[in-house]
Amino acid sequence: MRGATHAKWAACAAAVALAATACGGGGGDSGGGGNGTGVVASSWGDPQNPLEPANTNEVQGGKVLDMIFRGLKRYDAKTGAAQDMLADKIETTDSQNFTITIKNGWKFSNGEAVTAKSFVDAWNYGASLKNNQKNAYFFGYIDGYDKVHPDTGSQSADTLSGLKVTGTNTFTVKLNQKFSTFPDTLGYAAYSPLPKAFFDDHAAWVKKPVGNGPYTIDSYTKGSKMSLRKWDGYSGTDKAQNGGVDLKVYTDNNTAYTDLLAGNLDLVDDVPAAQLKNAKSDLSGRYINTPAGIIQTLAFPFYDKKWNASGVEKVRKGLSMAINRDQITETIFQKTRTPATDWTSPVLGEKGGFQDGLCGDACKYDPTEAKKLVQEGGGIPGGQVKISYNADTGSHKEWVDAVCNSINNAMGNNKACVGNPVGTFADFRNQIGQHKMPGPFRAGWQMDYPLIQNFLQPLYYTNASSNDGQWSNKDFDKLVNQANAETDRAKAVKLFQQAEEVVRDNMAAIPLWYQNGSAGYSDKVSNVALNQFSVPVYNEIKVS
Amino acid sequence: MGRYVIRRLLQMIPVFIGATLLIFLMVYVMGDPIAGLCGDRQCDPATAAQLRKEYNLDENVFVQYLHYMGKVFTGDFGTAFNGQEVTELMKSAFPVTIRLTIVAILFEIVIGIVLGVITGLRRGKPVDTGVLLLTLVVISVPTFVTGLLLQLLLGVEWGWIKPSVSPEATFSELIVPGLVLASVSLAYVTRLTRTSIAENKRSDYVRTAVAKGLPRRRVITKHLLRNSLIPVVTFIGTDIGALMGGAIVTERIFNIHGVGYQLYQGIVRQNTQTVVGFVTVLVLVFLIANLLVDLLYAVLDPRIRYA
Repeated sequence: MRGATHAKWAACAAAVALAATACGGGGGDSGGGGNGTGVVASSWGDPQNPLEPANTNEVQGGKVLDMIFRGLKRYDAKTGAAQDMLADKIETTDSQNFTITIKNGWKFSNGEAVTAKSFVDAWNYGASLKNNQKNAYFFGYIDGYDKVHPDTGSQSADTLSGLKVTGTNTFTVKLNQKFSTFPDTLGYAAYSPLPKAFFDDHAAWVKKPVGNGPYTIDSYTKGSKMSLRKWDGYSGTDKAQNGGVDLKVYTDNNTAYTDLLAGNLDLVDDVPAAQLKNAKSDLSGRYINTPAGIIQTLAFPFYDKKWNASGVEKVRKGLSMAINRDQITETIFQKTRTPATDWTSPVLGEKGGFQDGLCGDACKYDPTEAKKLVQEGGGIPGGQVKISYNADTGSHKEWVDAVCNSINNAMGNNKACVGNPVGTFADFRNQIGQHKMPGPFRAGWQMDYPLIQNFLQPLYYTNASSNDGQWSNKDFDKLVNQANAETDRAKAVKLFQQAEEVVRDNMAAIPLWYQNGSAGYSDKVSNVALNQFSVPVYNEIKVS
Repeated sequence: MGRYVIRRLLQMIPVFIGATLLIFLMVYVMGDPIAGLCGDRQCDPATAAQLRKEYNLDENVFVQYLHYMGKVFTGDFGTAFNGQEVTELMKSAFPVTIRLTIVAILFEIVIGIVLGVITGLRRGKPVDTGVLLLTLVVISVPTFVTGLLLQLLLGVEWGWIKPSVSPEATFSELIVPGLVLASVSLAYVTRLTRTSIAENKRSDYVRTAVAKGLPRRRVITKHLLRNSLIPVVTFIGTDIGALMGGAIVTERIFNIHGVGYQLYQGIVRQNTQTVVGFVTVLVLVFLIANLLVDLLYAVLDPRIRYA
């Protein structure tokens, strides 16, 4: 038995080595070929936090939650539109009070029914300060959050006053401000329902989480492997098309990629930067490179007077025009980034608020105009641009050096811009938090939910959670408030775009590029796609 | 002898305290680990404050150290940020790395000493020159190059091995990684043995043994090897600690979830509990290995006696 698999595998590897062709059959289009029992072997990274819906804020843990949980809404993998999942209806008349009815008959994989209480309990748990949930701020719009999660001191209430169970399958939500697109945010994993078992024996649950999604966790060895299997009792329509998924933790994504080439792995959802050049030919078309809801920007330290003086917006705009985005995305990122022309992401679509070219000339490479603008604005503050970034992960050094090079060329000054590496990500975040940035710094934003609101409010609203540069603008704030109060979706999006124009006119941050998700897969699997969060849509993968 | 052992054991205490304190300070200097926990956004201040309190991060670094050491002596190495006990991480990581180290050490002993003896006995012959050249190449090529090259050739091109090691990390899977890990030390062991053998070959006691008419095998194993191995044993002994701690590169390449991997994760995530915990154990391994080497001296050469 063992010998047989070994031989087959060796043959496979030889085939890959020889011609990078298939060893099982045609190249990845055998739709319907599988009988739905094969298991997908996929690469994984060790989640940073314990696996709880409201405590998971990175992709690796998010992958698992996406497989074992279904919430009120779910984002369509292709369009990003929020569609009803467990929600039967979500009603409001004033954009502030919502009545949510959930569908009948849903169950957790341990047999418990999913009721309104499953949601309310889970949300209260997520918001409560004493539970240390890193995504607690998602519940910040709900009335009573300041009691359950005060900024300082201890909490004076254990439950959110804005949440009320009104029936087995209904509950009401009262927000502390108008927020018309609130229902669309409910597809985020933090809003998942939790079974009673979570609260009864928390330690056991964290060891082996139980949810209501298409998969159940068969076994979980922390730090090395998680086996998920198709759950036959799943109530939804998006049942798993395969028998399960084995997530294997890799110490290095290069090793995962090597394993994919050798036939030990079916799916790698993070192709290492060094392999991008070869991935297309290595995998003979079984390579995906699709836009994800991620934008990279350069933020400015507005708490530093030098960068906040009037007239400096010209300098910021000039710097933006001095960056040759096309060249950098092509040579350094092998086209896995797209030059940005606004402050959102193409995955939103035009209806969702993405507006190609909103940035206008300010994002077009024009070295002469750039130099002129910087001079008009009084020159570079402090005489030199220092771009800070963390040097431990990603290939940040390469692009920062390229950006600086581009700026230096435009300014005709070898010392106009230098990179300022910070050793670790934690230290980088630390310095940002303490407002110690000596100049522009790397900022990346991965959307929580596909809404234009999510690309603007957390980043540029006065004192918002991720407004690291402390930018503040009354017009922007006013437009965002108006947009949130607007019940008509199209009008709300329009208002958000107007707010984005304020960001543009002040160049509150320089948009650099939109990031793509990249993945490679073996010829054993088909129907592989990444969703807007660059997470593979596991339940639709077919194994032949 | 007993007194010597006790003295050595007592000497371990300051070394142990010094090493852990240094590591503690180094990790501390890297900044606030909570800042990196929430990804590309600021943790909300209340949660951050509470987490800091939970991990004693809101106190003076020396108070933190005392807290930590106090717990370590009761066997509590703290909790990593993903909610796992550090002792649990150790339980899964150390057996894997120990297996890897055993494989590496075996390679060093078997291949290194055999090659060393052969070349030492045939100095200047083509075998000697060839091995010398080979060891020179091995020493000058960095481990990650050898590792990646072997992985690509044996794993992908020829398909003899799996390019990555499974979580179980059995001995058979660890042969190639072990060889990669051992490669540089192996070359040193070869050269060390060679020189030592060549030197002792001309010594009086070997000449006497030969003159007595003892068989060649006996002369080599009983007389020549026993004396020539003293520097080699020293080297291999101290290498145990170095191999365990230095496995980071090899473990990364071959996807081995051992000590190196946990240390790397701990450093990247700036998890003081993990880093200090693992280093503490590594320091102990190092100290004990050194002690064993010193004790072995007496066995190998009765002339070396400790008062």
